[in-house]
Amino acid sequence: MTKFLPMNRRSFLQTTAAGAAAFGLAPSLITTPAAAQTALTVGFIYVGPKDDYGYNQAHAEGAAVIKAMSGVTVVEEENVPETVDVQKTMESMINLDGAGLIFPTSFGYFDPHMLAIAEKYPDMQFRHCGGLWQEGKNPVNTGSYFGYIGQGQFLNGITAGYASKSKKIGFVAAKPIPQVLQNINSFLLGARSVDPTITCQVIFTGEWSLAVKEAEATNALIDQGADVITCHVDSPKVVVETAAGRGAFVCGYHANQSPLAPEKYLTGAEWAWGNVYTKFVTEAQAGTPLGNFVRGGLKDGFVKMSPLGPGVSDEARTKFEATHAEMMTGNFAVYKGPIKDNKGGDVVMAGQTLAEDAIELESMAYLVEGVIGSTS
Amino acid sequence: MTIEANTPSLSQLSASNGNVRPILEWIARRAEPVAISLGAILAGLALFSIFIAVVGKSPIELFKLMYTGGFGSWFSIQNSLSRAAPLLLTALCVALPARLGLVIIGGEGAVVLGGVAAAAAALPLTGSVSPIIVLPVMAIAGMLMGGIWIGMAGLLRHYRGVNETIASLLLAYIAIALMNHVIEGPLRDPASLNKPSTAPLPPEYLLGNIPGMDVNWGLVIGILACILSWILIEATSFGFAARIAGGNVRAAQIQGLPVGRLIVGFTALAGSFAGLAGMIEVAAVQGSANASLAAGYGYTGILVAFLARHNPLAVIPVAILLGGIDASGGLIQRRMGLPDATVLVLQGTLFVVILLCETLYGRFKIFNPDLWKTPALKGGTV
Repeated sequence: MTKFLPMNRRSFLQTTAAGAAAFGLAPSLITTPAAAQTALTVGFIYVGPKDDYGYNQAHAEGAAVIKAMSGVTVVEEENVPETVDVQKTMESMINLDGAGLIFPTSFGYFDPHMLAIAEKYPDMQFRHCGGLWQEGKNPVNTGSYFGYIGQGQFLNGITAGYASKSKKIGFVAAKPIPQVLQNINSFLLGARSVDPTITCQVIFTGEWSLAVKEAEATNALIDQGADVITCHVDSPKVVVETAAGRGAFVCGYHANQSPLAPEKYLTGAEWAWGNVYTKFVTEAQAGTPLGNFVRGGLKDGFVKMSPLGPGVSDEARTKFEATHAEMMTGNFAVYKGPIKDNKGGDVVMAGQTLAEDAIELESMAYLVEGVIGSTS
Repeated sequence: MTIEANTPSLSQLSASNGNVRPILEWIARRAEPVAISLGAILAGLALFSIFIAVVGKSPIELFKLMYTGGFGSWFSIQNSLSRAAPLLLTALCVALPARLGLVIIGGEGAVVLGGVAAAAAALPLTGSVSPIIVLPVMAIAGMLMGGIWIGMAGLLRHYRGVNETIASLLLAYIAIALMNHVIEGPLRDPASLNKPSTAPLPPEYLLGNIPGMDVNWGLVIGILACILSWILIEATSFGFAARIAGGNVRAAQIQGLPVGRLIVGFTALAGSFAGLAGMIEVAAVQGSANASLAAGYGYTGILVAFLARHNPLAVIPVAILLGGIDASGGLIQRRMGLPDATVLVLQGTLFVVILLCETLYGRFKIFNPDLWKTPALKGGTV
């Protein structure tokens, strides 16, 4: 990070301190009176371990990016359950560490936990990953941010479509909720853009983190002929290692899992939270209001793809790169009608196109044609 | 365990002899568990500080932080009490059957189903019925459900000879699967898109905080439950019969004690406390039943009960101690860069050391008036 700064740390601190004094920094952000004026303590709360090769690691990597920013102190707590524990952790970060901006990163932290604490501490800023912040209903010192990662899963699907010999691919999913269903459908649609005969079998484990079931599900998918596997669980580590151990290709999710299976890893849809956190912290330090409803996809730098692995053919690489480039222009849509669900009903009409920020996608409750599995 | 049970009461001793000797004996017998437990905790902390030193951190800094995070300020004390509240009830789910010699480790199942039952009972009533009625209905529903769940382990134990430890643990897995089915299916609030939950309780139906404190009423309920359980065990014939059956089932049966009813009654009561913990979690914290009910309170309760040697009164300080350790765990992570597992290592170390120290009971002369130079007035142990 530091190499991008045109000046050294000391002079940067002096300049920003002077700037802050001149423009007047929001008092709420000056949380430790003894420290320099630009000092901002940022709290990160994770629901699982920081090194899970998945959801939590992606956030911890984002936190590591802002740690390098001047005047920023990062405090982190992992394995915090979605109970009164997370409420007390937020309060403890405010009261004992002087945190002025808190990122509770698990979906279940939003309601009622973060909302309750935000009402109690109106001068502090809270930004939550995944929730749907609603104007007028939720406190103004809160907000939510999330990324549209469906396009990433579509790109995963393209590499899977080329790599699959059996024309069967598999998906290990946690729960049949809209975010997960979108990823499953996007993965299959990506693969079908290569070969419309491909089918995707899905198995729901029922829990966000349940290693034994994830391994069983992976083995079951491979036993049924799937030769490319991806997943949406908190930590893809078990799925990636099990699949690669059985000789199947894998597409990653949340973070880069290529170190776990260097030969079999095709690519992966990763979060790029470092960009999002840098923006929030820069705004907080500058005293400008932080966004309350922040969303973005591949083109906005919220999502990125892992480097392509050795199993990706030249043909696949060409198609991947072309689609990726189209996505970066903002003109690509994964859901272009007509699309049927796997029970035969029409879900996207002919001529209808759902962009990645379409509100209909937020309440998706179906699996598209070609996905073998059931949402209930 | 039976030493306290058979010790003559203070008043009896004072009446039998006017000098201070009986008072000394009374104190000596009661001081033993306190001294051994405190000694074990200190030994556990000493072992833990070696571990911390080995990973290259300062144990002194760590203990300072633990104090700051757990008990160093009014905020920290409330933080610890909040975390202790559910443990009081889940610990009773282990401690009560333990007096009958049963090891129940599936309190988690009663917590989650108690929470679901409470939420389900409240759904048709909110809006039309006053909270003063709805909250007790929720509590009864939660307790009934929890009681049935752990009572089943007791039933299986007595009538089918199924090991209650395994049965209760497996029932907990079934309970979590049932909860997931109910909150993702029949009782799912359609508005809960990405976190399946039951419909949220309106704010006026929530169990609030204790006035003047940032801790919910669960703490008071938990402490009351501990006191009532202690009275039940120590001062009622039902509790006395349970202790006899826990000491020797055959002897209890020969005496004509209703062992089956005792086992089922105690496991059901224990489960109802855990179910109540689930109801409080729904009514005071979550506002709805969802997967966060399975937060591990049932499992931490096992630790609390064993550390408290299954004494319901001792559960109170032990739960607060573990709440404090839990509260300070976050601060240790944040300030010292130690992983979350640090606190688990401490809890595990304390658990093992305290169990090891069980063997010390009766070995110290000072606590055993029978071994004093002048023999005890009455036989202390029977």
